[in-house]
Amino acid sequence: METTETHHGHAHSNTGAYITDHVHYQDVEGVIRSEEDHGHHDSDRNKKNFIHTWIFSQDHKIIGKQFLITGIIWAIVGGAFSNIFRMQLGFPDTNMSWIGNVFGDRWVENGHMTNDFYNMLITMHGTILVFFVLTAGLSGTFANILIPLQCGARDMASPFLNMLSYWFFFMASIVMAASFFLPTGAAGVSWVFYPPLSAIRDASLGSKGGADMWLISMSLFIFSSLLGGLNYITTILNLRTKGMSMAKLPLTIWALLITAILGVLSFPVLLGAAILLIFDRTLGTSFYLDKIYIENVGAQPHEGGNPILYQHLFWFLGHPEVYIVIMPAFGMVSEILSVNSRKPIFGYRAMVLSMLAIAALAFFVWAHHMFVTGLNPFVGSVFVFLTLLIAIPSAIKVFNWLTTIWKGNIKYTPAMLFAIGFVSLFISGGLTGIFLGNSSIDIQLHDTYFVVAHFHIVMGIGAFFGMFAGVYHWFPKMYGKFMNRTMGFIHFWLTFAGAYAIFWPMHYQGLAGVPRRYPSHAGYESFNKFGELSEFITIAALVVFAAQLLFVFNFFYSIFRGKICHEQNPWKSNTIEWTTPIKPGHGNWEGEIPTVHRWPYDYGKDGQDFIPQTMPIQPGESAHHV
Amino acid sequence: MTAFLIFLALVLIGTLVIQISKANEYINTIRGEDAELESDKINGNLMLLFQIVFLVGVSWSAWHFSDRYLPVSASVHGHWIDTMFDITLVLTGIVFFLTQIALGWFSYKYRNRKNNLGYYYPENNKLEMIWTVIPAIVLTILVVFGLYYWFRITGPASPEARVIEITGKQFEWLIRYPGADSKLGINNWKKITSTNKVGIDFSDKDSHDDFLSGELHFEVNKEYMLKINSRDVVHDVGLNHFRVKMDAMPGLPTHFKLTPNITTDEMRKITNNPNFNYELCCDYLCGAGHSSMKAMVFVDTHEQYEAWLAKQKSFYETAIKGTKEDNSIINPSNENGKVSAENEKHEQ
Repeated sequence: METTETHHGHAHSNTGAYITDHVHYQDVEGVIRSEEDHGHHDSDRNKKNFIHTWIFSQDHKIIGKQFLITGIIWAIVGGAFSNIFRMQLGFPDTNMSWIGNVFGDRWVENGHMTNDFYNMLITMHGTILVFFVLTAGLSGTFANILIPLQCGARDMASPFLNMLSYWFFFMASIVMAASFFLPTGAAGVSWVFYPPLSAIRDASLGSKGGADMWLISMSLFIFSSLLGGLNYITTILNLRTKGMSMAKLPLTIWALLITAILGVLSFPVLLGAAILLIFDRTLGTSFYLDKIYIENVGAQPHEGGNPILYQHLFWFLGHPEVYIVIMPAFGMVSEILSVNSRKPIFGYRAMVLSMLAIAALAFFVWAHHMFVTGLNPFVGSVFVFLTLLIAIPSAIKVFNWLTTIWKGNIKYTPAMLFAIGFVSLFISGGLTGIFLGNSSIDIQLHDTYFVVAHFHIVMGIGAFFGMFAGVYHWFPKMYGKFMNRTMGFIHFWLTFAGAYAIFWPMHYQGLAGVPRRYPSHAGYESFNKFGELSEFITIAALVVFAAQLLFVFNFFYSIFRGKICHEQNPWKSNTIEWTTPIKPGHGNWEGEIPTVHRWPYDYGKDGQDFIPQTMPIQPGESAHHV
Repeated sequence: MTAFLIFLALVLIGTLVIQISKANEYINTIRGEDAELESDKINGNLMLLFQIVFLVGVSWSAWHFSDRYLPVSASVHGHWIDTMFDITLVLTGIVFFLTQIALGWFSYKYRNRKNNLGYYYPENNKLEMIWTVIPAIVLTILVVFGLYYWFRITGPASPEARVIEITGKQFEWLIRYPGADSKLGINNWKKITSTNKVGIDFSDKDSHDDFLSGELHFEVNKEYMLKINSRDVVHDVGLNHFRVKMDAMPGLPTHFKLTPNITTDEMRKITNNPNFNYELCCDYLCGAGHSSMKAMVFVDTHEQYEAWLAKQKSFYETAIKGTKEDNSIINPSNENGKVSAENEKHEQ
């Protein structure tokens, strides 16, 4: 016994192939290990203390789960906020004095929420869901879990920076959560944070301390995103296993690579914008401010700045950001559609090229958010052209997904349902983008519910569907258990029907010109004709939220009591994450990392249901060349 | 009490769903492949059913709400925007129905069958070309039409266009007309006071006949140029029926030209609503009072407009002349802003 342990210790220090903390990169080439090493990691893990295994872990899988669970908590908070303000919009006469008990009496007036509270809710709903859930919670989770597993790496290029990435996100979360407890509340100037409203403390209640904390939190968040992104790029480019050429990468990894590149190139611009805004707020500079006179306060000392500058900087991140949100969903949906249709993804090369095209164009369309800011009409026209150009690669993706399921043998796992739901949502929400991208139509639709409907369907719910698909599909890899299928089906159908019930009618409101961010439309002849529709939307929102609670229950229940996964490859998938042990330890593969011989989409080829990537090309077999 | 009962009911429903799901899971584990085939069949059928209900619902609701969305346009360029909308609706509508139907049909048709394999069909460059080129052509059409209208909407106003200044402040619209000389006097944000809300510089004589109004009045079929400003934060001039939306930004004046072509009275007949009024609203979040930033808008016939005009009084004459704020008295010979600015420096 003692000798074995010594042997283990020896193996550990020399090769470090299957270890708890530090990954040595010579292992990427694979280290031959003896059978005795099985179960090694468990004993190792037991030796390590709880904190290093579960809290400050450097294992990419644990970090991914940390991102996921933090994201789920934030999603519940952000979703609950939307229900509260939907109550205000759908049932304005209902007594909401309970808000006083939860958030403090200062937010309630005569049994109704104050406008400042409404602004705070919409601001936090947007910030939380766009950044904390659909950026950190989505790409943070799946980049961490999938990149090393699908590339064939023992861990990220820098596990330590990867850990820091999560903890920066955690700090950002704490600061944002703390801002609710300020006497003046959290930021309430909408998630796009346009100055001067966000820059002048006296401009509104939501511009006071909450805005400072928002900016600090976002700065920490950007650090998190950059540390993560650099790691993802480095890992994908440098740590692929033997034989895994870029052309053999699963589309998930391509999508995550492009997401990370987008993030690394665009988030620093937001950081710059945020720092200048912090200067304007605290040091009296005037980057964004000019000629401001606040009622009852007086003329502000700032002169010579430009509020449009912020909008350019913000949307230079803000537009790529929507692709940062949706791109991981593109990848996971492609993968899941292919696996569950038992067919190769159609047009792998076109899929990669269209993602690259979308990513490149994403940097040149930001001003389409600014058509009505007095932008030079010629500049506007350039952005119309570039914006509508994005529809072409998007259309290619949709047609390729449709062809992928055509003549398939579709296995309806909950993941597959969400993947198909994603395609439907992407079509619906993508097409309304063609209206908004055309500046002349945008004049009527700008800042109305049409915009709300558009981006919630295409990137909000769409990205959520990608995330759900990913969670259901890779849950066995994460926890060695299955999520409950029946609950998954109920969750899907309620969410799919409910999401359309919430957002489809908003198109009609938007076409009527109903503006966003109004706590009440009652004072307007043109806007108050949708009372019943608003009620309907609110009821649908409550039902959909309840369905998400079912998902959350299913998730946590299945971690502990789910059906145990006994198969190494439960979905009969080709990608190499399914060649690891059912519950992989830190280092992922016991023994050598498998060598890859073929692309990941050989489903239904030559009369075989599936041929894993690790299977060498047979004599006489024609390999698929990308 | 009701809230508690609803809560209780929800908890019960939730528990029921969870218990059934758990039981189902055990049964399916025992039944094995058959159970999977059955659930695949149900979900495939549901996908098709969903698409049918969804597409029928979309068509029905589009028809049902058609009297409420896109209110009748009351400006010349509004018709262009509506035409553009219709063109886009038809083209995207075709794509929408075709792709959603295909999705629903494939989901149903190609659901899991026993001993069946997927069809190995990894690529077809010809197909890829087809669905690259067709969208490209459609989008080219949309871009060309869109920009044609865009440049007409944003093009320069004719010299006869009448000027109105709209200034946003929390939470009110300040509307200034140039008066008989058709020229707005210059303004300076440093001159803003509780009386002189838009900071008019009265050393500019052009300002003396300017008048402020709480309502926006247009004369029908005349071209107007809106000069848009903000005193504090970003606002947005939203004139829904006129298809106008333009941000109001501090320190960065913007403008929008329009020609209203349906009078308020005509619109009351069109909408069958004797109380109908056009409205000006704020379309960009500006603080707690954002949703209350409303002003009434009227499109008058020539006679109505003249009658309204006759009632308006010069702001300078009624509120400023002879008060402390009247800086035109100090040096009556001042004719332009530069001189007055110098004058100010001397004063200091």
